[in-house]
Amino acid sequence: MSIKKIAKEQPEKFEFTKENLEVSKKIITKYPEGKQSSAVMALLYLAQKQNQNWIPLVAMKYIGKLLKMPYIKVYEVATFYSMYNLSPVGKYFYQVCTTTPCMLRGAYKLVDACKEKISNEQNKISEDGQCSWVEVECLGACVNAPMIQINDDYYEDLNKDKLIQIIEQTKKDIKPKPGSYKGRMNSAPENNRLTLNNTKNA
Amino acid sequence: MLEDKDRIFQNLYGDKGVDVESSINRGDWKNTKDICSKGREWIISEIKSSELRGRGGAGFPTGLKWSFAPKEVGSKPHYLVINADESEPGTCKDRDILRFEPQKLIEGCLIASYAIGAHKCYIYVRGEYFNEGENLQKSIDEAYRKKLIGKNACETGWDLDIYIHYGAGAYICGEETALLESLEGKKGQPRLKPPFPALVGLYGCPTIVNNVETIAVVPTILRKGSKWFSSLGKPKNTGTKIFCISGNVNNPCNVEEEMGISLKELIEKHAGGVIGGWENLKAVIPGGSSMPMLPKDICENIKMDFDSLVEHKSGLGTAGIVVINKDQDIIACMARIARFYKHESCGQCTPCREGSGWMWRMLERMRKNEASREEIEMLEDVTKQIEGHTICAFGEGSSWPVQGLLRHFKKEIIKRNNFNPLVNTNKNIPYLIDQHLLDKDNA
Repeated sequence: MSIKKIAKEQPEKFEFTKENLEVSKKIITKYPEGKQSSAVMALLYLAQKQNQNWIPLVAMKYIGKLLKMPYIKVYEVATFYSMYNLSPVGKYFYQVCTTTPCMLRGAYKLVDACKEKISNEQNKISEDGQCSWVEVECLGACVNAPMIQINDDYYEDLNKDKLIQIIEQTKKDIKPKPGSYKGRMNSAPENNRLTLNNTKNA
Repeated sequence: MLEDKDRIFQNLYGDKGVDVESSINRGDWKNTKDICSKGREWIISEIKSSELRGRGGAGFPTGLKWSFAPKEVGSKPHYLVINADESEPGTCKDRDILRFEPQKLIEGCLIASYAIGAHKCYIYVRGEYFNEGENLQKSIDEAYRKKLIGKNACETGWDLDIYIHYGAGAYICGEETALLESLEGKKGQPRLKPPFPALVGLYGCPTIVNNVETIAVVPTILRKGSKWFSSLGKPKNTGTKIFCISGNVNNPCNVEEEMGISLKELIEKHAGGVIGGWENLKAVIPGGSSMPMLPKDICENIKMDFDSLVEHKSGLGTAGIVVINKDQDIIACMARIARFYKHESCGQCTPCREGSGWMWRMLERMRKNEASREEIEMLEDVTKQIEGHTICAFGEGSSWPVQGLLRHFKKEIIKRNNFNPLVNTNKNIPYLIDQHLLDKDNA
C-alpha cells in the first residue's frame, strides 16, 4: 500500500463544473442501475483533473453524496489507489519509473536530474510552483526504458540530459513533445528490425 | 523465425493506420457474422482445440474457461471483463494492442461475449494508460458507428455494449477478483475463491475475465482455423506470443514470435544481443518480475513456453523478458523488485503485507553487504511462509523471484554478507522487530 499524505490546508467547497457534472452523469450510465458506486474511481479522477491535479476531502464527500455512498467508502478508494493525489502537486507532475527494467537502464540518473532541477525531495513543489516529482512503480513501457510520465503523457528512451531539457521546457510552461526521445518507432527495435518490414497497409 | 504472414499483430509497431478502415483492410471484421453463426459450441470447441492458453500470466486454457460460464443465461446477466491492467514489471505488450490493434480486441470482445452469453463487456485499462484508453474509446466509437458493435452487432443478432473502466495505479487489480472489486467501486482486494468469477463475478453475476492479448488473438484463430494456430509452437504450448525484451540489451523491443522459441534467439536476433556480448550475461527474468530468474547456463538452451520454463522452476508468465548483465548488481535488482511488491501489496493477508516488507529490508541489507549469514536462511524461510498462505497469487509472485535469487546466486550473497553480529545470544527475540538492529543495540 502506498503512503498517502492528506493536505493540511483543505478548501471549504467543491462542486463539479457544469460540464463535469454532465460527464459524470454519462459515466454513471455505463454501469447497471443501482450499481452507481462503480463510477467512484472515474469521478475521483474527474475531480482531480478539475482541482489542479489533487483531490481535497470535500470532493470525496461531494462524490459520496452524488453516488449515494458513505463518505468513508470513497475515502477508502481514494487512499488505496496510488494515482489519486491527496495533496497539491506541480502543474507538471513528473512520475519517474524506477522499477527494475527502468533501473537497469539508468532510471536513477533521471531521479538525480529531478532532484537537481525540480526539488531535492519527492512531492515537494519546485520553487517556481510549476513542477513536482515522485518515484513510481512500473508504468508499463519497459522496452522504452527509462521513461517518465508527466501528467497524462509518456516520455520514453530518456537520459539525464534529455530529461533536463524537458524540465527546462516545462519551467517555461511549454508542454514537451511526448513519445520516444531516441526517435524510434514505438516499441520496435531501434535498429536491425527483422519483422513486419512491409509497412504498407493490408 | 516466424514468417510475417503468420504474425497476428501486423500493426504491432504502429506503422499502419489504427482507424477501423485500415484495420478492415488488414483483415479484421472479416466473416465475423459467419463465425458467430456457427454457434457458441463451435466457437468454444474451436478455441479448445487450438489449445490457446491465457496470455495474462497463469496460462489457463481459454476454451475451458469459457465453458465454465453457465450455458443458459438465467436471471442474472453474464459479463465479459477484459483485463488491460498491465502492470507486471517487464511487460508492455497490451499497451501496443490498445494503441495499434484496438479493432482486433473489439472484435475479440464480440466473439467472446457471444460465446459466453454476455451483452456487456468492460475493459479495465490501467489508469496510467490514459492516452491508450482514449484511443481505444475512439476505436470503440468508430465500431459503434459502423454497427460492428451495439444493437445487432455486425448483423449477428447479438447486442453488445463495450465500456472502458480506468484503474488508478494498483498492481493488484491485475488479479481477476481484485479487478472485479475495483470495477464495483471498492478498493482492489482479491476475493476468496471459490466461488470462481465464472459463476459469481461482477455484481455477483457470471463473469469471464480474460487478458487483452488472449481476446485479441481469438478472431484470427477462428478465421485461420485452430489447426493453423496449433501447428505453431509446441503441443499444449501453441501459437504465437508477444515477447517484451527489456533491460541490458542493445535493442529493447516487443516482438511477436512462435511459442517455444529459444531465449537466446530472441535476445540475440531480435533484441540485438546482450550489452557487452552474450558472455556478459548474468541472469534473465523470463516472464515478468514474478517469475524466478534464470542464470546464464540455463539461458543457453531454454525454450520460451509455459512447460519448458516450469521444468526449470520458473514460468512464462507474461513473457516480459528482463535481461540483466554482469555490470549490474544482481542483489540490487532483486531488492528493487522486492520494493515493488512491498509497495503493491494490498494489505489484506498478513503474510504478504508484512513479509513483502521483510524481504525488501533484508535484501536491502544484503545489497549493502550488511546482512549476517543467518539472515540468508531467514530470508528463505520468510519466502516459504508467504508462499501459499495468501488469498491470491501475489504471495507467490512476490516470494518466487526471491527464491529464484537464492537458488541461483546464494554463493554470491554469502560471499558478500559475512557479517557476524557481536552478540549471538538472545536468539528468542522474534525477528518481527528486526533482530539485526537489536543485536547492534545490545552490543
